[in-house]
Amino acid sequence: MSFAHAHLLGIEQLNPFDIITLLDLAETYVDLNRRDVKHSDALTGLTQINMFFENSTRTQASFELAGKRLGADVMNMSMQASSIKKGETLIDTAMTLNAMHPDLLVVRHPHSGAVDLLAQKVNCAVLNAGDGKHEHPTQALLDALTIRRAKGRLQRLNIAICGDIAHSRVARSNILLLGKMENRIRLIGPPTLLPSPFKDFGVEVYDDMREGLKDVDVVMMLRLQKERMDGGFIPSEREYYHRYGLDAEKLSYAKPDAIVMHPGPMNRGVEIDGEIADDINRSVIQEQVEMGVAVRMAAMDLLARNLRARRAEKGVMV
Amino acid sequence: MTTLLTNARLIDPEAGTDYRGWLAFDGGRILATGKEGAAPAPRVDQTFDCDGLCVAPGIVDIGVKVCEPGERHKESFKTAGLAAAAGGVTTIVTRPDTNPVIDTPETLEFVTRRAREVTPVRMHPMAALTKGLRGDEMTEIGFLQDAGAVAFTDTTRVVQNTKVLSRALTYARSLNALVIGHPQEPGLSAGSCITGGKFATLRGLPGVSPMAERMGLDRDIALLEMTGAKYHADQITTARALPALERAKKNGLDITAGISIHHLTLNVLDIADYRTFFKVTPPLRDEEDRQAVIEAVASGLIDIVCSMHTPQDEESKRLPFEEAASGAVGLETLLPAAMRLYHAGQLDLPTLFRAMSLNPSKRLGLPSGRLSADAPADLVVFDPDAPFVLDRSRLNSKSKNTPFDGARMEGRVRATIVGGTFVYGAL
Repeated sequence: MSFAHAHLLGIEQLNPFDIITLLDLAETYVDLNRRDVKHSDALTGLTQINMFFENSTRTQASFELAGKRLGADVMNMSMQASSIKKGETLIDTAMTLNAMHPDLLVVRHPHSGAVDLLAQKVNCAVLNAGDGKHEHPTQALLDALTIRRAKGRLQRLNIAICGDIAHSRVARSNILLLGKMENRIRLIGPPTLLPSPFKDFGVEVYDDMREGLKDVDVVMMLRLQKERMDGGFIPSEREYYHRYGLDAEKLSYAKPDAIVMHPGPMNRGVEIDGEIADDINRSVIQEQVEMGVAVRMAAMDLLARNLRARRAEKGVMV
Repeated sequence: MTTLLTNARLIDPEAGTDYRGWLAFDGGRILATGKEGAAPAPRVDQTFDCDGLCVAPGIVDIGVKVCEPGERHKESFKTAGLAAAAGGVTTIVTRPDTNPVIDTPETLEFVTRRAREVTPVRMHPMAALTKGLRGDEMTEIGFLQDAGAVAFTDTTRVVQNTKVLSRALTYARSLNALVIGHPQEPGLSAGSCITGGKFATLRGLPGVSPMAERMGLDRDIALLEMTGAKYHADQITTARALPALERAKKNGLDITAGISIHHLTLNVLDIADYRTFFKVTPPLRDEEDRQAVIEAVASGLIDIVCSMHTPQDEESKRLPFEEAASGAVGLETLLPAAMRLYHAGQLDLPTLFRAMSLNPSKRLGLPSGRLSADAPADLVVFDPDAPFVLDRSRLNSKSKNTPFDGARMEGRVRATIVGGTFVYGAL
């Protein structure tokens, strides 16, 4: 089994074998999650702390559920409301946490690189639940699992990622993961939301939806990150929907069996037409949520095994 | 007492020469220099055999931030002076962006006095160009000049109001005062912390186009055409700004340009995994830009190389990259870092000391930076080949925020002489 990592900070550090190991393990958790008794003891006795310095409902719930199903003691800390307002630095927070002896730390932070910084200072396994515009690795992994199950493979696919790529950590992690698995990636968006450096990532860049969607197997829509836009990236939401919103007409350019994905939460009528999102023959958006729990269980399971192995080496009781 | 340094490798930036010879000084002034064996050494009281070590005019470092008054826990005149002496810097030219800002003759006199009391090297202060660095009213340029200000600058705060800047430049011209600008288009660079490009995109950090520097320089050059003021661009770090600079010089404007040693020896990829000690202003550039600015220093288009010494404490650096403070200490690493360019065969020693010693002296109207007779005996004696691994905890600066921690370097200062007195090391 290949997964020699202490933390899951990004897709950048993973190799294809790591990714396959994690996805294969996640498959077993998909099965577990569909049973009546959804419980394993992979994390029994371990403490998982979810620290969210940025608003999140879905990701936090997904991590919480994943931890609980694996038997961990899970605690949620909502950090927007707490000590950072009182001026505590991230390093002080890390020191405070160390004293509580957590084993798994799930962190979301509005600044790129903040989770890396925290990981250097705590003595437990850290999972990045999204840092600024940098990475969101579990989202890319759950997308990969969804694609693999829908398409039967995770390579040699034509995959379009559409929308607000500039502000999206989901896009960055997906570009890295799908690239490592040798897929053809197309990025589609208005140039203000798809800046020119992206063309250096081994992808094809389009500013026209119809051209970009031609014959793709997978259409990944991104949320228009309204809260992250410091103004003036697009002229208006309605013009954006007209040119870049996914509707049946634009989708008709993709392969007839192309699947539609969205990391949620969706802005219906902005980046995606409601009917497409609800079309059970095309949309795998609900399945993405299901895969999210399984992938996070797999990631925490693997990191906990490595953590226990490291501690056993050092002779620390777990 | 007459002192003779023999068997030295003399680096004379004025003549552009590098030769084996001797140098004699007395009463704080250089008496004479000569080739080894060729010219007879004058009668002297004491002789030091340099054993082939380099002797060059001491470095004149424009843009040193001493955090006194206001943030003495980051750097004081005492520690900055020790760091300068250890780095072969014989003159520090200090920045006015302290707390309070150096924008009145009274605060200027305070820092000058503090420096005189505790600093072993020479110190010349710069003063703010606008009151409180706010960019809306010019300071008392005349009084400040009388009190000893050698240049006027709002440091990295760009004076955004062109009318205010044009008046300040016009007024400064009447006093023949040097104005130092920071070429940057503030609207375009707002909110950024890294040079835009593939690496910034991969790290998810807000980047600024290198074009923002050229746009800022273009504006300042236009204002120089209007006003005829004496102007120095603090740091020109991008290839795209160089043609504009070249044109301005060719057109006879009184313009010079500088660059920090960090932009000459590091590039944006050194930031790696969000290493905040590599966060400087302007941000580190691409390798193509670095190569272009090295060539510009070689050709003399970029006149001055400085350390842009900016102390920051651990608390302000141990933060997520976007939030972390900008700047790096450099007084003690300027010379060894510059030796990287020498060992890479890109810049010879006379060229380096032209940029680090002679040109800054000339621009500020100081007599130092030369090996000619009657120049001040401000000298650095160094071994350009001595290897070492930099340990930041051993720096004299109070703040240890150097990007060179753990770096393998070549080039050690053996002695620093200010006005004929050894202020660091011995021979």
